[in-house]
Amino acid sequence: MKKIFLFMAVLGVFAATSPAAMADPATDLKNFQAYFKKKFPTVPFDEYANGFYVLPGMGTYREQWMLYNEFPPLELGLAIGKKIWETPFKNGKTFASCFKNGGKNIAQGYPYWDDATQKIRTAEMDLMDCARKNEANLSFLTADLGKDQGPRVQLAELTAYFYSLSQGQRIKIDVSSPGAIKAYEEGKKYWWQRRGQLNFACANCHMDLAGKNFGGNQPLSAALGHTTAWPAQRLEWGRIETIHFRYMTCNSQIRAKSQKHGSEIYNDLQFYETYMSSGLPLTAPAMRN
Amino acid sequence: MATDKQTKIRTKTQDGVTDVLVLVSHPMETGLRVDPKTKEKVPPHFIQKMSFFLDGKEVASSDLGTAVAKDPLIGIKLKGAKPGAKLKVTWSDNKGESASEETTIS
Repeated sequence: MKKIFLFMAVLGVFAATSPAAMADPATDLKNFQAYFKKKFPTVPFDEYANGFYVLPGMGTYREQWMLYNEFPPLELGLAIGKKIWETPFKNGKTFASCFKNGGKNIAQGYPYWDDATQKIRTAEMDLMDCARKNEANLSFLTADLGKDQGPRVQLAELTAYFYSLSQGQRIKIDVSSPGAIKAYEEGKKYWWQRRGQLNFACANCHMDLAGKNFGGNQPLSAALGHTTAWPAQRLEWGRIETIHFRYMTCNSQIRAKSQKHGSEIYNDLQFYETYMSSGLPLTAPAMRN
Repeated sequence: MATDKQTKIRTKTQDGVTDVLVLVSHPMETGLRVDPKTKEKVPPHFIQKMSFFLDGKEVASSDLGTAVAKDPLIGIKLKGAKPGAKLKVTWSDNKGESASEETTIS
């Protein structure tokens, strides 16, 4: 009997020490960014915020991208987002009243860990809560965002305007609290885990195969700087979309089951990805392929 | 007829040639597309005419049709347009909607 207790005690010690043995976020971040520095030594760090266009061999895509950036079609959606942001609620307040500094230069801290609710909060969630609190009548509050394109695009346009107020700010994510680390680990697990019929993990395409073409005509972006451009407008879609919708389409492209728009696992993934892009300037909203 | 569609103009002058770009938010439906939900054809809705006026004088006009993509971006090049000149762009579509937008050439 004594032996069993001793055995359990030893197990307990192991269980207690194993989390400490895992790499902490700061080390992960260093390794992650060093990986891309080694993979693409000619690409300056800040350039990663501009997506896969800056990677070697993507010159033709970059030229096209520069051309349509002269007058990007996302400005139409952004103007709608701006209108929603500036239209006062019934009580006379606007969206700016819900955010610190009137919503300016704060998006670099999103998504963040909220101790009160013990959850990751994204910009979309904060915007929706703000609209709810002020009893706004906006379609994205009640719609199923995964399926209803209209309301989702409206939310994406609003979020895009929110992010545009912080353009150029460098991403700074706080992972100091234990809850944040837990969410971070969840996101990390999702990032590295293989899934779907094609058996790809996010990391396979966006780290190992970054800078190459998937199926011939789908250039693969580098994971570094992934979140800086979102909400973004893809040429293929012709509308501004949320990052969660991109995750959903990414999952279906590798024949995996998509998670729900706004689900916790996508929040964690976004948290992990954004943290891995720490230090890069925000370019959202931007044009993407 | 009034419209909720946005018209945006951007100009850039270089070596005496002004590049004018016009971006319109317009569905540009051809009438051949089938709505996936109702299984019925979406009625055609596209811009037919777009004209450019410099200080009130028409300098260019174009007939657009169903072959032009959604949210079209139309560009022209103007020679000898002076800075400060007023550029007006108007368009009208097959449903009778129209809009005009004005800008000053910089």
